[in-house]
Amino acid sequence: MGSDVRIVIVGASLAGVRAAEALRGQGFDGSLTLIGDEPYEPYDRPPLSKAVLLGIMPPDHAALPYRSDLDAKWLLGVRATTLDLENNRVVLSDGDAVEFDKVLIATGVRARPWSNSSEAALDGVFTVRTCDDSRRLNERLSAGPRHVLVIGAGFTGSEIASVCRERGLSVTVTERGPAPLVGALGGVVAAVAADMQRDHGVDLRTGVTVTGLDGDSDGRLCRAHLSGGTALDVDVAIVAQGSIRNTDWLAGSGLAAGPRGVTCDAGCRAFDINGIVTDNVFVAGDVARQPHPLYDYQLLALEHWGNAIGQAEVAAHNMIHDGLRRRPHLEIPAFWSSQFGVNIKSVGIPTYSDQVVITQGSVADRRFVAAYGFRGRVTAAVAFNQGKWLDFYRGLIESAAEFPPDFDVMDRADPFEVRPSELPDPAVLSHGPTVAVTGHLPTERRVEFVSLPK
Amino acid sequence: MSRAQLFERITDQANRPNPYPLYEELRETRVAPQDNGSFLVGRYYDVMALLHDPRISSDLHNRGPGLPGADRAGDGPESFLKLDPPEHDRLRRLTTRQFGPPHSPDRIDSMRGELAELVTNLVDGLDGKGRIDIVDDFAYPFPVSVICRLLGVPHEEEPRFHAWADALVAAIDPRRTSADNEQVKAAQQAQMEMAMFMAGLIEDRRRNPGDDMLSGLANDSGPDGQLNTVELVTNSILLFIAGHETTVNLITNGMLTLLRNPDVLERLRAEPELVPKAVEELLRFEPPVHLLGQRTPIVDIEIDGVTVPKGSPLVLALASANRDPERFVDADRFVPDREDNQHVGLGSGIHSCFGAPLARLEGQMALAELIRRLPNPRLVEDPPPYRPNPVLRGPRHLLVDCG
Repeated sequence: MGSDVRIVIVGASLAGVRAAEALRGQGFDGSLTLIGDEPYEPYDRPPLSKAVLLGIMPPDHAALPYRSDLDAKWLLGVRATTLDLENNRVVLSDGDAVEFDKVLIATGVRARPWSNSSEAALDGVFTVRTCDDSRRLNERLSAGPRHVLVIGAGFTGSEIASVCRERGLSVTVTERGPAPLVGALGGVVAAVAADMQRDHGVDLRTGVTVTGLDGDSDGRLCRAHLSGGTALDVDVAIVAQGSIRNTDWLAGSGLAAGPRGVTCDAGCRAFDINGIVTDNVFVAGDVARQPHPLYDYQLLALEHWGNAIGQAEVAAHNMIHDGLRRRPHLEIPAFWSSQFGVNIKSVGIPTYSDQVVITQGSVADRRFVAAYGFRGRVTAAVAFNQGKWLDFYRGLIESAAEFPPDFDVMDRADPFEVRPSELPDPAVLSHGPTVAVTGHLPTERRVEFVSLPK
Repeated sequence: MSRAQLFERITDQANRPNPYPLYEELRETRVAPQDNGSFLVGRYYDVMALLHDPRISSDLHNRGPGLPGADRAGDGPESFLKLDPPEHDRLRRLTTRQFGPPHSPDRIDSMRGELAELVTNLVDGLDGKGRIDIVDDFAYPFPVSVICRLLGVPHEEEPRFHAWADALVAAIDPRRTSADNEQVKAAQQAQMEMAMFMAGLIEDRRRNPGDDMLSGLANDSGPDGQLNTVELVTNSILLFIAGHETTVNLITNGMLTLLRNPDVLERLRAEPELVPKAVEELLRFEPPVHLLGQRTPIVDIEIDGVTVPKGSPLVLALASANRDPERFVDADRFVPDREDNQHVGLGSGIHSCFGAPLARLEGQMALAELIRRLPNPRLVEDPPPYRPNPVLRGPRHLLVDCG
């Protein structure tokens, strides 16, 4: 590709940086610009809810290494506000604009803030997404709060609860669902996670939401109200209720971008609002929403470290190759977590299942592999302290192997009992339409966004 | 000759200096059934998949009667190397607590000073010698001392460990048959003597704990409880053997490769910071362990249309996988700063090399010092004479002229 081509990457975190590296690694010698809204060099996020919060890793040690010969222009501490596809430029928060021939959207997600903004502003209320968040929370946890509240028991919330217990802090976790991690792993495996939390002294409250946060006269958090009418005295609350995709700046761009991400094809090329694939707009990382052939071409948006890298590399490749030389992103999704002394690893999409069976190990010892199945084939596997087997299960998923597995394995779990995975049916739509089709003549048929009913 | 005799040819002493053309032949077929009932696999992706396959056992008790290796099941108490989960996991977990993260994160790193001193003393001893033997003068004494220090074996006992190591390693040879009675007897004798010695040492460490690994193993009590004396003896002997011959070969194969590639040797002399990457490449290019012959499927498995019946000896050719051109660009070339170097030289999966952090550090420190200090080293004999063992493959001597 000629050296006069200009590539702009919006988002200077994991996906953006890995894409830039891949572009240079594959010989792209045109101009390369990275735009990042934080004032820092790119950093790694997994330690932010683990080692950094434990105080054993300074947040600035989480820097992402990248190749020294990147030869890129870095625009840090500035936000992209508009994607102007008529003039092929990105407009910035400081009023400047950067022109491009090809653009990669890698703006990721941000933490979902507490819904009540005055309560969210109380001193002692935190979210954890950025290194600044993690640094501030670490300082507060080091100061020895009397009681900590974690709102939401997904992976981030559970990891933070684990950190609190490791630091000897008293902690309550509230979870709207029946168990921690239930949304990601289903009821059977989530029940194990619940036992783990309670065994480690977490005051876990399931089926409970936080209805309000009180501050004292100095604006410091002092109390939380729970559904059911109880109240807790707390001086720190961590809001861990998932994330919001950073697509607001794409409003009006003409892309299929909304609250669920930017829709793209398996080659990371963005769809426009009509469902037509673009030639020069690419997407990677947490903000991307991509079909996966193994999961009925369902559009998946994944907040996984490995997925960000995989998509970044495919996007970079396809930005500088065309036609049959383009590559699909077909990696089997995978993620890991570390909490309460247990390493949790997952391959495939556990939510894409109706059944689950513990295949190896022992649930009582918290070292086991659970295989998930949907309509008679293996779709995912989750390991607690047994991660080294997962490559095998990845092979089963990739080969659409029969579920339940019908062969013997070492350390086979007893009983080998196939149970419902206790997840919502993946075939059922969880949301209504957000677009409308307008026009009648073939030349007029177009799609428009409609706002969600309140 | 047919593929059905590949294993025989690979283990033939005549092919020890260069088995790689045979591995290339092996990779042409994905699974090579052998006349003796075993199955050979040598492609990277196949080897990798089998290393992670829970249907493949490391316990010889699962081997079908009459098949190679079946007679070796029940030789005595087994280390975790030869056990399957959950026993394997429990023993390895208990042992890891004293060796690495998260419970002993600094154990290996804190040995840097001691290792540097050992390396320096050994290379000092080479000063002024015109001709040296990398094996006898350096690569052999070094790891024995390191393992002894790690475990906490008193310095004056190290020579006995050398002798035991020789006898035990001879018995790992897969060509061993029940006819080799003397070798078998010698190994059993060594095993017994060493076990007695270790048991005594462990007893001593229970009474007078130090900060060595054996003291930790003898006294630690974690969620899995404690290793009993038999488990402790068996597994510390494993650490000794596995951590010994392999490192000798890593260092010796390393020097041989560098002497065959003088430009790389020069480059490393100028850029010593490249040594860790070069050691990684050595683990790919000339791995100390060539074959894993311990694996047995517990159910019939199918690979590329070939059924490997339950109980069959399955031989994973790690050294062949490491040279698979489907996985590695320029697979037969030694590239000291190779990127994307996910080799299987240290295995993978639950049995992946326990001592890897120590092996890497030993290899790096030894080679860095040899490169830095040996003046104008030249290979005397190429190929050098090789040890008979095709599994733990390496030169018996490596004569080098200096000065």
